[in-house]
Amino acid sequence: MSGKLIPTPGQTVGPFFALGLDRPEWSDLTRNNPQGERIVIEGRVFDGDGAPVPDAVIELWQANAAGRYNSPEDTQDDKPIDPNFLGYGRVATDPQGHFRITTIKPGPVPGRGNALQAPHIEVAFFARGLLKQLFTRIYFADEAANASDPLLAGIEDDSVRRTLLARRGEGGVYRFDFVLQGKDETAFLDL
Amino acid sequence: MAKTPAAYARHREGTQPPYLYPDYASTVKRAPTRPLIPFEHTLSEITGPTFSSGWAGPAATDLTKQHKSEPLGERIIVTGCILDEDGRPVPDTLVELWQCNAAGRYHHPVDQHDAPLDPNFTGAGQAVTDAEGRYRFVTIKPGAYPWRNSPNAWRPAHLHFGVFGGGFVTRLVTQMYFPGDPLLQYDPIYQSTADAAARERLIAAYVPELSEPEWALGYAFDMVLRGREATPFEAAP
Repeated sequence: MSGKLIPTPGQTVGPFFALGLDRPEWSDLTRNNPQGERIVIEGRVFDGDGAPVPDAVIELWQANAAGRYNSPEDTQDDKPIDPNFLGYGRVATDPQGHFRITTIKPGPVPGRGNALQAPHIEVAFFARGLLKQLFTRIYFADEAANASDPLLAGIEDDSVRRTLLARRGEGGVYRFDFVLQGKDETAFLDL
Repeated sequence: MAKTPAAYARHREGTQPPYLYPDYASTVKRAPTRPLIPFEHTLSEITGPTFSSGWAGPAATDLTKQHKSEPLGERIIVTGCILDEDGRPVPDTLVELWQCNAAGRYHHPVDQHDAPLDPNFTGAGQAVTDAEGRYRFVTIKPGAYPWRNSPNAWRPAHLHFGVFGGGFVTRLVTQMYFPGDPLLQYDPIYQSTADAAARERLIAAYVPELSEPEWALGYAFDMVLRGREATPFEAAP
């Protein structure tokens, strides 16, 4: 369309982003004591050689326990806003490519039309070597609603779909790895 | 059930860098190899975090006043608007800035470039845009520095910026360059965007009126975020 401005191109966060972006307190989305089930998600990030990625930053966006986003764009007035839950988080990987976030389990939110989406967390993923962010979602493997989720249901290859599922392991901690290339490559989204 | 708000528009071909760009060597082992899965925006993509204007105070917007003394280097003012594709300002959004010092060295343990650290410069700031989408930083001009992408490779002087915008998909992390920098033509990160007009968005303009006499040079740098897809007009009654 004519008359539109061209959006600014993305450029990599580079290896020194911690200077501007690393706020360790933002890896705990429960720091203001919101309502909901506390969960921990941890994992690692791997490159195409299977080597850990020590310079990635993961940003998260999710609904509150009732399934409402803390955003003026969310007009689901039948669901409460939790003033103690912003729903945004950020964590950088450590030298071993490991990350850990504490949050609450999000409630289900509507999709397009009459679809209901299974509980999920939106992810924007940045790293040295990525000229712009990658997008993906974290779903929960133990969630029955996954079966009818429009995104998951649209992925035919089960081995690809599984890369979007966080799995509960020892101590109830959810495990979710980001694999940038190869057999277990994470499914990234074109948004 | 509430209606889904209008989705954000897709980028036009060539106006963003690709994931795989071998001239920038680090992309080779990090760019995804599978095609991305297309997905129509839902409430999850269209909503995004909001940040109160109280978040960033004056100390966060003036990088030359964060220590006992002033940092070394050429003092600059960098100001501009955050806009969407339709030219509408994006108010109350967080802008994060980080950069190296005047000698080309980051205040970061991984940066081992043989250039001095400046005890009076950290190189990080934050601002929240005003009602007109405007932000303003005072800082010093960063130096160029070598990197190991290829033999004798040098990054042009740049500021790193992160901006949120209204939705999770409007998030932008980018770099601002300086006009006339001879290193731009050799820099694969700058060159990675194919569309020349899009690439030029990354270069600030020197604006004499923004300079403050006897004190600092003024640069203008607007950042443009994705706008909404056209929404259908409501039918007339």
